[in-house]
Amino acid sequence: MFSFIARRVGLLIPTFFGITLLTFALIRLIPGDPVEVMMGERRVDPEMHAQAMERLGLNKPLYAQYIDYVGKLAHGDLGESLRTRTSVWTEFTALFPATLELSLAALIFAGILGLLAGVIAALKRGSLFDHGVMGISLAGYSMPIFWWGLILIMFFSVTLGWTPVSGRIDLLYDIPPRTGFMLIDTLLSDEEGSFIDALRHLILPAIVLGTIPLAVIARMTRSSMLEVLREDYVRTARAKGLSPARVVFVHGLRNALIPVLTVFGLQVGTLLAGAVLTETIFSWPGIGKWLIEAIGARDYPVVQNGILLIACLVILVNFVVDILYGFANPRIRHQR
Amino acid sequence: MKLISLRNSIALALFSVAVGVSAKPLVVCTEASPEGFDIVQYTTATTADASAETILERLVAFTPGTTDTVPGLAESWEISPDGLSYTFHLRHGVKFQTTDYFKPTREMNADDVLWSFQRQLDVNHPWHSKSVIGFPYFESMDFQNLLKRVEKIDDYTVKFTLSRPESPFLRDLAMPFTSIYSAEYGDQLLKSNKTDELNSKPIGTGPFILVRYAKDAQVRYKANPDYWKGVVPSEALIFAITLDNNTRLQKLKANECQIALYPKPDDIASIKADPNLKIAELEAMMTSYVAMNTSHKYLSDVRVRQAINMAFDKKAYLRALFGEGKATEGVGPYPPTLLGYDNDIQNPPRDLDKARALLKEAGVPEGTTFTLFSRNGGAVTNPNPLVGAQMLQSDLAQIGLKVEIRVLEWGEMLKRAKGGEHDMVFTGWAGDNGDPDNFLTPNLSCEAAKNGENYARWCNKTFEDAITQAREKTEPAERAALYKEAQQVFSQEQPWIALAYPKLFTALRNNVEGYHLSPLANNNFATTRVK
Repeated sequence: MFSFIARRVGLLIPTFFGITLLTFALIRLIPGDPVEVMMGERRVDPEMHAQAMERLGLNKPLYAQYIDYVGKLAHGDLGESLRTRTSVWTEFTALFPATLELSLAALIFAGILGLLAGVIAALKRGSLFDHGVMGISLAGYSMPIFWWGLILIMFFSVTLGWTPVSGRIDLLYDIPPRTGFMLIDTLLSDEEGSFIDALRHLILPAIVLGTIPLAVIARMTRSSMLEVLREDYVRTARAKGLSPARVVFVHGLRNALIPVLTVFGLQVGTLLAGAVLTETIFSWPGIGKWLIEAIGARDYPVVQNGILLIACLVILVNFVVDILYGFANPRIRHQR
Repeated sequence: MKLISLRNSIALALFSVAVGVSAKPLVVCTEASPEGFDIVQYTTATTADASAETILERLVAFTPGTTDTVPGLAESWEISPDGLSYTFHLRHGVKFQTTDYFKPTREMNADDVLWSFQRQLDVNHPWHSKSVIGFPYFESMDFQNLLKRVEKIDDYTVKFTLSRPESPFLRDLAMPFTSIYSAEYGDQLLKSNKTDELNSKPIGTGPFILVRYAKDAQVRYKANPDYWKGVVPSEALIFAITLDNNTRLQKLKANECQIALYPKPDDIASIKADPNLKIAELEAMMTSYVAMNTSHKYLSDVRVRQAINMAFDKKAYLRALFGEGKATEGVGPYPPTLLGYDNDIQNPPRDLDKARALLKEAGVPEGTTFTLFSRNGGAVTNPNPLVGAQMLQSDLAQIGLKVEIRVLEWGEMLKRAKGGEHDMVFTGWAGDNGDPDNFLTPNLSCEAAKNGENYARWCNKTFEDAITQAREKTEPAERAALYKEAQQVFSQEQPWIALAYPKLFTALRNNVEGYHLSPLANNNFATTRVK
């Protein structure tokens, strides 16, 4: 087992360097530099431009800039944003909890509803409900997030007034950030009613972001359940006289969940990526908007290290999954 | 003690009622996050709104809603007859803001003015190198060459000596990059090695004090109790950062904010129809245009530029992109609200036959292809760049010219256009200080043609002489005459297709009062409150 983990750790190092090289190169391939973008249409004095580039260390040859970058990384220095002068780590830790909170809420919404809808559709195969779930999930999967978000806002927020339009909390509450997770911060604060308000703010963005994963999970659960329900052991369970609920949820769903869980895992990446649009519509202060703005501004440290941090998270999750596979299936451990 | 405190509270409450102070926070849905609060390091209007229009002030101010200059932190000034020295007499009794991170021990004086300018001007100033990107606005306005000296005459008198006469100088001093900072606070930060905090914990003399900033979420301010102009009408101001303009409008309708900046032109009619909302509108100091690269083959010929101008249906363009009444048809390089605008100059009527004849005369073969650069994403000066580009493409096809549209990311487009890679480029200019020179020198001067910021790469001696002289004259009538001469040359030479002078709009709830839309697109809420 030790050598298996060591092999996996050994693979992480080139992956990590690959990412640093890729992000470093890609952002520099786009024409323009941070000073020019800052000046916009206005006059850029060549001498002042050269001085600024020198102060930023961007006048050095690319290989030297890369060595500087990796050297700083080795010391745990992620640098600071060229625009805001705030450290990249501070900005990331301030914004990432918002994205994570929204993604988790969307995943919970998609998971619960998707599993339920998939199971019922499978049990009532060919019924109106089944066709309805399949049709709606296809529509949900094809839904443009921008349009869907605005429709929900107009109906639930403006017409019915049930949910707030956007943001994480009513601005009349002044909640100091402690964990960055608004639901937790509101519980820690003394402001009465703020938790419920934060929850109300989370509903629509979570629905919008969770719509596509919901559709995928519902369809996957249905097909997986249909397959499992045809298995001999389900027939045996029924023949033994077990209750229908026990047959479906213990013998059926438990086995049908294996491919669904894989989809769940894949959807986490989709959620982080899809959060960009949802964050824009709902003014949700997350990392998606942060990175897009940084690319526009050629804010090299933010782009390089922001992407690196996200990639590290993905690598870490995959690493844990790899290890878990190794535990679960000894054959994977021994493969070379 | 309790009695005194109660009496003070009652007195304060009565005073607040008398001057119309609102305890309700004013929530403004803004379009983006500020980059920071040390405005001299930045150029964007969003950052200026969050710092220069709330926390900081300048020697000279613009009257709300206009570009007329009035005394700000300087209560008066004298200009020498040669236009080379400006002496400012500072206002007494102006206090810098008191916060938990800074307690001023003195009032604003000449040392603060010197600190604010020397920091940008003097390379040996201890704060000069703290701005890694430099001082973009200061440098783009050529202040490092324009300012020969800034001197303290006494505690309340400062003298600026210029290297050349510069008529727009007073207006320049009302611009965000000339904001006055506290030298005492600067020294405190320098001693404690916390110079970064000038950008996150700002101190100024302005109407609002920064309370908290959460990136992409909100900026919270409270009224400055020591404000020299008196009581600020709103006790609290909150910027709700809302990137999407559809969402800003929905938030306004749901009363989650009382002011929504930059509504879409398409939404103006529905806002006007809503009984709870109103619209503030104003002719902006902006010009949308297509620059034609006069250094390129064929486009160097004035007949070709005339033909292109004659073929483009500007009226259709205005209707499609801005809608009825939301922009005025462009004629010259700057809008009619500025000094010296020549009302006698008119656009030539659209005439495809004449345009074809001009092309033939200039020897342009049928099917000649021009590249047209356009940015992705909209802006006030160009709400839908791709549609605009397609309309030009379609109109020029009617006179036998092909247009290859290249939609580029903004930064990339600027880089390539400054490098002269384009034949034509869709762009725009927003004035900074209400002076015609601010439109003409950066976009059409020979110097700008050399360094690429003049996207038409057009350099005309008569035009250049007129704008140079106008910059140096102080008498408005003389200046106006010179600008009319410059516009005549522009009209004959047609280096641009002047497309439109867009209007500015802000959407408000009916219970908002005291808001003034600025033609410079700044947003100042010092006089605004919710009823």
